[in-house]
Order: sequence, then structure tokens, then C-alpha cells
Amino acid sequence: MTYIARPRLHHPTLVRNKVGYTRRDYEGKISTLCAGCGHDSISAAIVQACWELDIEPHRVAKLSGIGCSSKTPDYFLGASHGFNTVHGRMPSVLTGANLANRDLLYLGVSGDGDSASIGLGQFAHAMRRGVRMVYIVENNGVYGLTKGQFSATADRGSKSKKGVVNADAPVDLIGMALQLGATYVARGFSGDKAQLVPLIEGAIGHGGAAFIDVISPCVAFNNHAGSTRSYDYVREHNDAVNRIDFIDLAPEVTAEPGAGEVITVPQPDGTMMRLRKLHTDYDPTDRVRAMDHVQAHQARGEIVTGLLYVDSHATDLHEGLNTVKRPLNALTEADLCPGAAALAKVNASLR
Amino acid sequence: MKRIEAVNDFVVKFANVNGSGSASANELFARSILRMGVPVSPRNIFPSNIQGLPTWYEVRVSERGWLGRRGGIDMMVAMNPQTWDQDLAEIEPGGYLFYDSTKPMPKSAFRDDITVIGMPATAICNATYDDARQRQLFKNIMVLGALAVLLDVDPAVIESLFGEQYRGKERLLESNIRALHAGCSFARDQLMPPHGSEVGLKVRRADRVGNRIFIEGNAATALGCVYGGATVCAWYPITPSSSVAEAFDKYCRQFRVDPDTGENKFAIVQAEDEIASIGIITGAGWNGARAFTCTSGPGISLMTEFIGLAYFAEIPLTIIDVQRGGPSTGMPTRTQQADLIASAYASHGDTKHVLLLPHDPAECFEHAAVALDLADRLQTPVFVMSDLDIGMNQRLCEPLQWDDSRRYDRGKVMTAAELESGKEFGRYKDVDGDGVPWRTLPGTHPTLGAYFTRGTTRDAYARYSESGKDYTYNVERLLQKFATAAEIVPQPVLKAADRKTRLGAIYFGSTSPAMDEALEGLAGADIHLDALRLRAFPFPESVRDFIEEHDQVFVVEQNRDAQMRTLLVNELEIDPAKLIRVLHFDGTPITARYISGAITKFVHTLAVAPRREKIA
Repeated sequence: MTYIARPRLHHPTLVRNKVGYTRRDYEGKISTLCAGCGHDSISAAIVQACWELDIEPHRVAKLSGIGCSSKTPDYFLGASHGFNTVHGRMPSVLTGANLANRDLLYLGVSGDGDSASIGLGQFAHAMRRGVRMVYIVENNGVYGLTKGQFSATADRGSKSKKGVVNADAPVDLIGMALQLGATYVARGFSGDKAQLVPLIEGAIGHGGAAFIDVISPCVAFNNHAGSTRSYDYVREHNDAVNRIDFIDLAPEVTAEPGAGEVITVPQPDGTMMRLRKLHTDYDPTDRVRAMDHVQAHQARGEIVTGLLYVDSHATDLHEGLNTVKRPLNALTEADLCPGAAALAKVNASLR
Repeated sequence: MKRIEAVNDFVVKFANVNGSGSASANELFARSILRMGVPVSPRNIFPSNIQGLPTWYEVRVSERGWLGRRGGIDMMVAMNPQTWDQDLAEIEPGGYLFYDSTKPMPKSAFRDDITVIGMPATAICNATYDDARQRQLFKNIMVLGALAVLLDVDPAVIESLFGEQYRGKERLLESNIRALHAGCSFARDQLMPPHGSEVGLKVRRADRVGNRIFIEGNAATALGCVYGGATVCAWYPITPSSSVAEAFDKYCRQFRVDPDTGENKFAIVQAEDEIASIGIITGAGWNGARAFTCTSGPGISLMTEFIGLAYFAEIPLTIIDVQRGGPSTGMPTRTQQADLIASAYASHGDTKHVLLLPHDPAECFEHAAVALDLADRLQTPVFVMSDLDIGMNQRLCEPLQWDDSRRYDRGKVMTAAELESGKEFGRYKDVDGDGVPWRTLPGTHPTLGAYFTRGTTRDAYARYSESGKDYTYNVERLLQKFATAAEIVPQPVLKAADRKTRLGAIYFGSTSPAMDEALEGLAGADIHLDALRLRAFPFPESVRDFIEEHDQVFVVEQNRDAQMRTLLVNELEIDPAKLIRVLHFDGTPITARYISGAITKFVHTLAVAPRREKIA
């Protein structure tokens, strides 16, 4: 981490996006995480994605639980409201915030300790309700703030920094998200920003519950030989199924994709997401086959990354509840209070 | 044997089997007496069960209008063989037993100090109906008809209630009326003199109900949430609070659907548990929607972590606690006021929360709406402490009232224009001297007013801080806010004795009707008390004054540990010796007899005779 404050002044040549912001406008406070922490790369990817998508920072609400990952919302989107809630409970708070104002973009940041242990229930129910959000788990397989205990996503047989071997089976958040009905499921790697930024952009444009598991090595406690979440291990075992580009956002990528075919996936905001297949037989719009593929490759020790599943016709909780288009927090007495005359009728029916 | 004879002043208890369809017939019985202008207060005594276990419905008829449980049974309608012995034992000497005499009972099964009325209801129904379900349902209606004749309840009143209930369903209406008439005829022909005995309990038309309404507290609470502008409700089913959420859903579908689009101006989420429920309303409250959850004691235990967060991070939310018997699963279908301390100081660290204490459905309505205002005004969790006795029983109360000029108090929310005009924004800064800071809602302004909400210590500008100075500034400001709360919560109601007295009584919530009755009874026995009905925590200064003005103050409550007394001692630093416990906690609603007995015993034993003013 650095203690040197970043200068507030922006360089005049910094590029402004369509809503007039430079990349710097999407930054937050100086990170207090360890130097080299994968989480900081994810924060940088969020900054880039929001800037590229021309999102006004104040139209984002960022919510998190407790832990290293959950501290990060303070380190990006400084002009957005943030809420660092309680351990494992970000999903419910985000759900309520989303119900109150459906017009904002909800970004939930959590970790493997936060989402796969105490928060497993809330993780599951937010997915099955289809809360429209970008839910990022910064997954390092270890408890950082409490100094190196295994988390529930640590692989069986992996070794802690102190040499302890993990005997428990890992919680597979990707598998759960797919099974529970998440409509956008992806895995990225904090060491591969070129892959991660479009995954986040795709999630932002998605119309339902979007989940991204980002393998994010912990340089302090889980970056050693024997760990299955170290930079080296993840690089060696990363098996990307595809790459995303936005057609309208990345006009410079005009060359033919290197491998596989290209499919386009429409997004609710009208954009088309272009997906370059790296595995020709992988179909990210088939939930059951996605589960099958991910499980089979994981069983071989590979870390499957990319956009694993997307339902471009996803609906969300508001559609399920048939709520009004106006945010509930903007409704007034005139909308909400039936008035004295209606109450007199209620009274009359109770005599 | 001296038979009990009473007009418009008696208690009838129905002993039934859960799931047998008795509930609607029992309710008709109570309603028909109400329609005759005589106040009644029915109470469901039900098991934690769907079908098969014993359930009771106790109806107190009281022309005087006493709505508390009386205790003692003048007539038992014993329709459940499982509980025969227990039911029989409850009847007051000289009272009446009405039973289904289809199966002959040995003489030893009865008591000789009561009047026994047997009606072979099952046999009659079996002879009349083929369908098993009809036999069951119409048996209840036949019994109702017989009771109407015996007690002088006008069958025409019951018929008109049928008419309202089965409007447009002529066949159902007709068959119910036929069953009712069959019951009436049987009673006239077989149960009344000369064949049977006269029943000394009679209903006589009166004009003592007025324009009062008859409603369950939970339904009134739900209406209060609708009127108070709640848009987000997250809940998890738990007795006795589930019907709050269900009624909210019902009333929202009635009042909150946009007529043009068919879209809902509300969101109700049945969450996966109580923790998610309060999490959802925390998020909604943070984001500026009025939000509530409804639960009972076990839910409060689960919610405490979030309650601490909402207290410390200053987020408005409303918790409806319909209390039941605790601790743990406790007595899920019985009543208590035993969540006071768990709620008042919920969560770790130094916390204090606002509690409202409604005493009847009308106040449930009002307090629910007020709680939503107070939560926004104070930016903190506000509890409405109802209980099973109020929540799940229909209670006669004043009509619900709403003033159309009333505006929601959204509290201190800074707008984009205010931020733009240069108004200083410090999320946790006390600028008005009331301990309540200003807040902004997410999405308000592109560059101004954003802040980071957290449960960790922060400075007045919401910046993370580990400084003791920042911490103490914050938590002392929260105390200031709590003092502000004491001034704006519903204030206590004083019921002064009609002469000067050194004795006082403090009570609250569902104890209220029993207390009113006890006060009158005690006054008749020359024990005079000034009584203060608390309506909220924190306590305003008037509570301290009241205690100081009296030598001894009885604190009447429905829990074992005198929790309200503890709060009074703790918050007002009252000498504990001054506050005398009157505690009732067996799960049944407290009675006037119990209160009077406890107070009389104290007064006599310690000879703290009420001193009368000398007449000059």
C-alpha cells in the first residue's frame, strides 16, 4: 500500500467519456490493502469498466460485507454512495436498496469469507430472486484480515502459508450461482484485466442477477507453492472459455478473432455483447451445459474463466414483484396514502 | 346450587378441536352480541398446530365495556373430549356446561354444582347431512343457533351477519340459515323449560358499542404501515406476527396498485430468514424508502446485529415486534411483554432504541404510522411492541383515524439543490443541536454529498477513523439524539385517581383494558391509584415526575423479570424500592382480578394504607 496521497488535479490531456468524466473521476480513496493485492486490480477494473460505459459515478451504489474485499468500495467510485454492511449480509442490504430505487446501478463487492461462509444463505437467495446487480466475489481462498486462515472456497488438499493442508471440500460459488438461477455468471482473474474489464461491463449491462467470481490472489497469505490461488497457479491453470468485447465500445478490435467463432449477445441497454469463443464447443447460453463443462474442467484442476453463462432475456426482482417504474423512494403521500375517506370505509366494514 | 345469573356480563368459552371450522362460528357468536350493542372481547387460545389439537375461544360479554380478560368461565361450550376434564374444572360454581350429548357420558363425568345442557349435535348433523365436511361445519352453526336461544341472542342478527358474509352466494347463505334455525328450534323444543333448565346468562340489547370497530391489532398495524407510507416490507413467517405482513399485502393490493398500469407501489419480500428481512429494510431505509419488518422475539434475537448497525450507521427502519412467550421458542401461541430489554438494548456495544407501546388496535395503527415518521426523523430503528393478545385477537376500539392534511416527516434529507447552494454536509455532524445529523440519498448529486456508510467508527464527515475523539463525539451525539427522541415519541397518558393519593401505577400495552378495570375495582375497595400508561421508550421527564410524586409505584407488566421496571430504574435512576412489581407471565393475558389481587395484597400486607386528604 502507499501512503502518498494522489494529487487531486487531473492532467488536462486525460480523456473524458461521453458523460464528461475522466478515468480519475471514478477513483476512490487510496487503498489500504497490501501492495500487489489482487483486489486492487479488481478495483481498477471496476473503474475502467464504469468509465468506458459512461456511467455517472453518483448513479452507482456500491455495497459490501466485511473483510479485505469488502473494504475496497472505499477505493473506487469516490463520488458514489457506499455501504459497508455486516459480515455476509451485503446481498440482503443490496436487495433492499435496489427495491427502494430501481434506477441506480448496484455493485456488490464481497469476498470468499464473506459470501461462502456466513453469507452463503444470502448469496443464494439474492441469486434466486434475480436482484439486478453486479455481484463480485474477490476470491482468494483465505482470510486476510485475520491473517491466513482457510476460507470455505479453498481447495481440498491446498496448503496454507503455515503448511496446513485443507481437508474440507471447497464451496463452489460458480456452481451454486448457475444452479440457483443467476442469469449472468462469469469467472475472471485479477491478473488478467483485459479479460476482467469486459466481464464487468457485460455484468453492468445485464438485466438480472450477475455474478462474477474473480480469483484474486492474496499476496500476504495465499501466494505460495501449494496454494491453488497463487498468481503462478492460476496463470498455469487458467482455462478461458471465451473473451468478451463490446462491439460499440471497442471499435478498435476489428481484426478477426484468433480462435473459434464469434457470437453476439444482446443486452437490455440495447448494446450487443460480442463473445469470442476460445472453446468452439462451449455455449454460454446453455445453463446445464455450462454447469457440466465447468464441473468437468474443475475436476481436472483447471480454473475455468470467461463468461460461463448468460441469459440475455433475464428478468429481475422488480419484474417479479410488478413494482412501478418510478423508484419507490420517490413516491409521495399522494401515491402512498389512501386517505381519510378510504379509512372511513375500512372502519365501516369492521363494525 | 345457586345458578349464576347475569345480564350482559359473563364469560363463555368454546373448547374446540383445531381445524374443525369452529373459528368462524365462534366469531359469529361474538359479532352477533356486538351487533346487539353489547361490548365483547374474544380471545383465541390456540396451539402451535394446524389440525387436531385443542383450541379455545373465550368471549367476555361486558356491557360495562371491560375488554380485558376476566378469568373464570360462566359457560363452557365443551366440544372437545380431549380437554373435557380441564374444561369442566374451569367452570365457576353455579355456571353452565353445554356439551355434545351424542355419546352418553357417565354421571361421574359431570359436576353437581353446575347446570348441564346436552345437545346431541353430532347425531342431529349426521341425520341431516351426508357430507362429512358439512356435518362438521353445520354442527358449529347448529350449536350457535342453540346458544342464541339459550342466551337470548337475536337469531335475526346472526342471519344478517350471514347475509353480509355470503353476499352473492345464495346457496351457502340458505344452508347456513337452515342449520341455524335447526339449532334454534332444537333448543326451544328440547333445552328450554319445561324439558331443560333455564340458563341465567342473558344478552340484552344495549347501546354500548357506539361507532367503535372490531379489528385484530395486526391488521390495524398493517393499515398503519400503508397509511404511514411504507413501501418495502421484508419478513419471515413467525407466529404471532405473520398476519401483519399478510394484511399489509392485502391492503396494498386494495390501495396501492396503480389503476392505470396495474403496477404495485409497494414491494413485499418474504425473505429467507429474519436476518435477511432486516437486511433488506436496512438497505431500503438507507436508500430512502420507508421500510418495515414484522417479527416476534426469536426474530429480534436474530436481528440484533443489524439493529446495532442501523443504530450506529443511523439508518431509519421500523420493526414490528408482536411479542409472544419467550425465551427461545418459548410459548409461540401465548402472549407476553417479554422482549422489552432485548429490544431496548438490542445488539452489542452501547445501544438504545426507541420502542412504541400500543395498547389496542387503534394505537397499533397510529404507532405504526408514527414509527415510520420517527424512524426517518431520528434515523434509527424504531420498534412497535405489540403482542399476541392485541395482535391476533379482534378487539373493540375507536375507529382508525387519518387527517388528510398530515404529511410524512421524511426527516433531514439534504437535496441536490441544498448541496448545490453550498450548505455544509457532514453526515455525522450535529448541526441542529438535537443530535440528529443530515443525510443524503444515493444518486442525489454528481459531485456533492456522497459518503460511505459503515458500522466502523468514522468522523463527523463519514471518513473512517480510529480516533477516540471521533468515536466519543459520535456516541455522545447518539445519546443526545436519544434525548431528542424522548421528547417526540408518543407521550404517556395519565389517568388520575379521583382523589389525592400517594400510590401510583405504571402500565403499558395489552395490560391496558385489565388495568382500567382493576383501577375501578380498587377504587371501589378504597384503594386509589394514579395510573400512568407508558406509550414509548425512552421515557420523557413526565415519567420521572410521576414516580417522584408518589411514595410507591406499581409497575404492572407481563413478564417474569419486571423488564419495564428495569428500564425505569436504569434509565431514570429510580430507587428500585419505590417500584413494586406486579407481574403476570403464564402466557394468558393479564386480568383485572390478578392486578387488583396483587395490589390489594401489597397494600394490606405492608399497611401502606392510602392516606386520605382530611376534609376540613
